[in-house]
Parts: sequence; structure tokens; C-alpha cells
Amino acid sequence: MNFELTEEQEMIRDAARDFAQRELLAGVIERDENATYPKEQVKRLGELGFLGMLVSPEYDGGGMDTVSYVLAMEEISKVDASVSVIMSVNNSLVCWGVQKYGSEAQKEEFLKPMARGDKIGAFLLSEPEAGSDATSQRTTAVDMGDHYLVNGIKNWITSGGTASVYLLIAHTHPEKKHHGINAFLIDSKLEGISVGPHENKMGMRASDTHSVMFNNVKIPKENRLGEDGQGFTIAMRSLEGGRIGIASQALGLASGAYELALQYAQERKTFGKEIFKHQAIAFKLADMAVEIEAARFFCLKAAWLKDQGKPYGQASAMAKLYAAETAMKVTTEAVQIHGGNGYVKEYHVERLMREAKLTQIYEGTSEIQKIVISRGLLA
Amino acid sequence: MKILVCISNVPDTTTKVKFTDNNKQVDDAGVQWIINPWDELALTRAIELKEDGNNSIDEVCVINVGLSKCDATLRKALAIGADKAIRIDADPIDAYYVAAQIADYLKNNPFDIVLSGIESSDYNGSSVGGMLSEFMDCPAISSMTKLEIENGNVTIHRAIPGGKQILELTTPFVGIVQKGITNEPRIPAMRGIMMARKKPLEVLSAVEMESLSHIVEFELPVAKASCKMIDAEHLEELVNLLKSEAKVL
Repeated sequence: MNFELTEEQEMIRDAARDFAQRELLAGVIERDENATYPKEQVKRLGELGFLGMLVSPEYDGGGMDTVSYVLAMEEISKVDASVSVIMSVNNSLVCWGVQKYGSEAQKEEFLKPMARGDKIGAFLLSEPEAGSDATSQRTTAVDMGDHYLVNGIKNWITSGGTASVYLLIAHTHPEKKHHGINAFLIDSKLEGISVGPHENKMGMRASDTHSVMFNNVKIPKENRLGEDGQGFTIAMRSLEGGRIGIASQALGLASGAYELALQYAQERKTFGKEIFKHQAIAFKLADMAVEIEAARFFCLKAAWLKDQGKPYGQASAMAKLYAAETAMKVTTEAVQIHGGNGYVKEYHVERLMREAKLTQIYEGTSEIQKIVISRGLLA
Repeated sequence: MKILVCISNVPDTTTKVKFTDNNKQVDDAGVQWIINPWDELALTRAIELKEDGNNSIDEVCVINVGLSKCDATLRKALAIGADKAIRIDADPIDAYYVAAQIADYLKNNPFDIVLSGIESSDYNGSSVGGMLSEFMDCPAISSMTKLEIENGNVTIHRAIPGGKQILELTTPFVGIVQKGITNEPRIPAMRGIMMARKKPLEVLSAVEMESLSHIVEFELPVAKASCKMIDAEHLEELVNLLKSEAKVL
């Protein structure tokens, strides 16, 4: 067993930290307040190769391992989770599926520009009445012989309004239940696609989240990803990896809030001494440090399993559950340590707390993770 | 045209400095090492010049005199865009030792431009560049804030008190780099980090030589005294404190 990071993994972590501190921190409060999409920041994310860091160099990606991805996601999420969610969806939910299941033509057309950051990808699974319960898809893709005809609505789509590429999940043979689901790789500007208004969210306000409507959209046959009926497997396998991304995001929210609280506790004085010297605060920080370290181990273990080619679904569910719960607890305590200052925007921790809440909900709620984990116990 | 950039491996600027061995050694436990910020600016400018098609720079090489712990720093220089790294395997004692080792390498490996940061954020010797130029018998341009090369013609700006001096010169020379030479250091991109795996990092033996100085002891600066705020209406209290505590009256 080895807990040492490689020289290269440390370099990637430091590069992500430099990027976050130098290029994301300034303006993060305003972007959140005004729900402004971080266009320039996402462009830089692409230039630095973070948007396709897990994609093979053969397809213009960085060819980095998942451990490095966890480290980068943590550093970027410490500062701006609206940016890191775009990175996570592009890498884990869209690029991964195309690299794994896509044809060479699809990789050429869609994967390469996404890996370079020239195009952004969105993952269209959730519906008004089907989130993690993916078999209840109402969106249909009827096989018309030479094309599929798609009708339906997708909800809560990260990058829904800005993405150029959609990875769409829809039912082709509802009678076959999950064996009748297909995945498609499409241009987001196809005729018949319309995008709903920007969701006015509690947190991660700068990432653009939309509903996407499909009204008699013709999708060419060659845009189906994988085999006929393989869509459910593609969606579930993508989410297994996606959970590592969101777990790392939650970890970053927790460690970012902890770092701010630790610094504040050494500066703020009450009753003649720094509040860190009051045991009530020192013990809070000790608890936060322990839980963050445990969450980090969960994330790195899941990433390591993935890099070793071993099953990681159970580990990624545990990482997502534990890191999200830790993020909520730690960010709330960070606000508490900041007192009144924690309740105002300029100290950042209230934003991190609002953002942490989403990590308990999206890409499978904490309750869904427990379903995945408990089913795995009997497997 | 070839540029050599001298790289110091220094503790991160936020490091809490501690000493061991009766205050004769810096305690490097837990220290994160970085490229000396002024050297990083020099490297960034060298890479910018190479990328700009209007000049004929075909190689940017970095050199460091240090032990294997410096390899990560050199690898970062390669990831940022240097073509090749040289490490002279020695634990440098002073600036003269470093300059002499680099000068020895330059005897058989000539470069047109050698860049070095004006200071290093660890020992702040500010002397490697000047010593190198003496060894090389070529000009040293100190406090360089701009470096332009066009069709082989070199133009340099130097920061001087109250203004700047603009020079034209021929190679070879040593440029001692000040802030302003470029906007800010580069963040290595994933592609650069990946390419750095295949770039050469050559480790050479040091030439035998004595250092000209030895360290007796390090001392940390005295901690700043705390500040006492006296209400403007209590001038008597201020006078008393100046007499009894500060003892300046």
C-alpha cells in the first residue's frame, strides 16, 4: 500500500490550485450573485486541458489518471464549484462514455473537440419524473428505419444552454424496460430542440442548468452510442465514474471551507485570544479535518480502483455519499466558526454551504447512494 | 539561438521557515519546493520568445545545481515548455559554487543567452548571474525588465532609479531578470505535463571545488511586537507608556 502521490500527480494538483487561486477566485462572488456563466474561465479550463484530462492523448485528451482528476477537482472546487461541475460533467459523464462506447467517427466528430475544450458536453438523463430511476424514461426515440424520432423533456441539465454536444438517454423499446433504452450523441442545435429558461438555483448559480425539450427531433442512426439497447448500461456506467467527480467536488467544497475557517480562527479574537484557542472552536476544526481526510481517502480509493481497471461502482457510491455529507457538515460548521461574517457573501463560506447542498442531491441523492451501496452488500 | 535559464529550487513563499542542526541547516521537512519566482518569469519569457515566430530561438534549456529533490521542480519547468533540463548533482553551498558549476557546463555547451533571476526567494544572494558573466567573459545585464529579439537583434530594457535604460547588444550575454519581463508565470497545461514525461532531464556530476563560504548560523527575524492602541483622548497614558514600557522618553 502506498499513500504517496507521484511527482506528476502533485504537479497536476498544483496546476489546478494555481488556476483556481489566480483565475477563478477573483469574480467568483459576482458570478454566483448574478448567475453569470463563467465563459472565460471555462475557456481557460479547456486551454489548460482540464476539460479532457481523462481522455486518451490519441483523442486530444490529457491522458491523466483518475487520481489526478480527483486532486484537480478538489482544488478547483475549493474556489468555484460552478466551474468544477462543468469539468466533471464533460470529463466523467460525456467524454468517458464516448471514449468507451463510441465509434471512431463519433470520437473524431465529438470526443476530440470536447477533450480540447472547443466544445462542451452535457448529459441528458434526468426527466421531470425520472432521475436516478432511469428505467422510467418518458423521452422516446422511435426507430424510423433511417433515423430516430425523439420526443420528450429532460430536466436539470448542467450546461444545458451552453453545451454543443448532448449525450441523450431515451427509450426506444419501452416494453423491453431498461433493455430498450438507447444513448445518442448529438449536436445540441438540431432542429426541434429547444432550451428552457436558466434555473434560478440556490447554489452553483454560475453553471447553467436548463430543461431541454425535444419535439420531433430527427437523429441520424449513426449518432446512436453503442449497441441498440445499450443506453441504460452506458448511463449507469457513466454515473459510476461521475460520482467520483462529484465526490471530489464535495471534498473540495469541504476542504475549501475548512481552510477558510482555520485561517479565520487564527485571526479573529474574542475574550482576548484567537478563537482557535477556545476549545469549542478547536474541536470543531479537528472534527472537520478528520472527516475531510476520510472523504479524501474514499475519493482516492475509488479513483485508484478505476485506474487499476477494477470494479469501482460500490467505492464511488461510498465516496459520493460520504464526501457529500461531509461537505454539508463542514461548510455549515465553517459558517458557524465565521459567526456573523460567515453569513455575508464576501467571506465565501455561505456560498460553499449553499453549493454543498447540491452534492447531496445531484448525480444520485445520498439516499440513492445508500440503495446502490446496500444492494452491493449482497452482491 | 539557444537560451539557458538558471533555476533555483526554493521553498514555497508561504513556508514557515525552521532550522535544525543548531540553526545551521534549514529544516526541509514538509516543505513544498517551487521554481524561484524570478527564475520562473525568466523561463516564461524564454518560452514566449521561442513560441513567437519572429526569432530564431530553437531551444530553451533549464539548469539547476542541486540534489534529486530538485527534479520535480525541473520537471515542472519542462511541463511549462522548456525543451531540456540539466541538473548538476550537488548540494550547493553558495552562489559562487553554483555559478562555477554552471560555467563549467557552459564551457562545452555554449548558449547564446543565459537568464537568471535577479534574486532567489530563499537566500537572496543576487549574485549567480553576475558571477556567471565573469566566468563566461561576457556582459551581464542586470535588472532586465524587457527582452525582445527580432531577426537576431536583441533589445533590452533595464529598470534604473526613476526610469528605464534601453540597450541593444549582441550575444552571448547573461540577462539578470527583474519583475516586468513578462506578465505572470504560466500554469502547466495537461498536455505540457504529459509531454514533460518524454523530455530529457540529464543529471551530471559536479566538478570538484571548494566553496568560498560556510554557514555559521541562521537566525529568524525578531517577531513583530504587538501594537497597542491608545485612545486619542488619553494622551497621558501614551506618555506614561513611552516612559515606562518603550523607555524612549
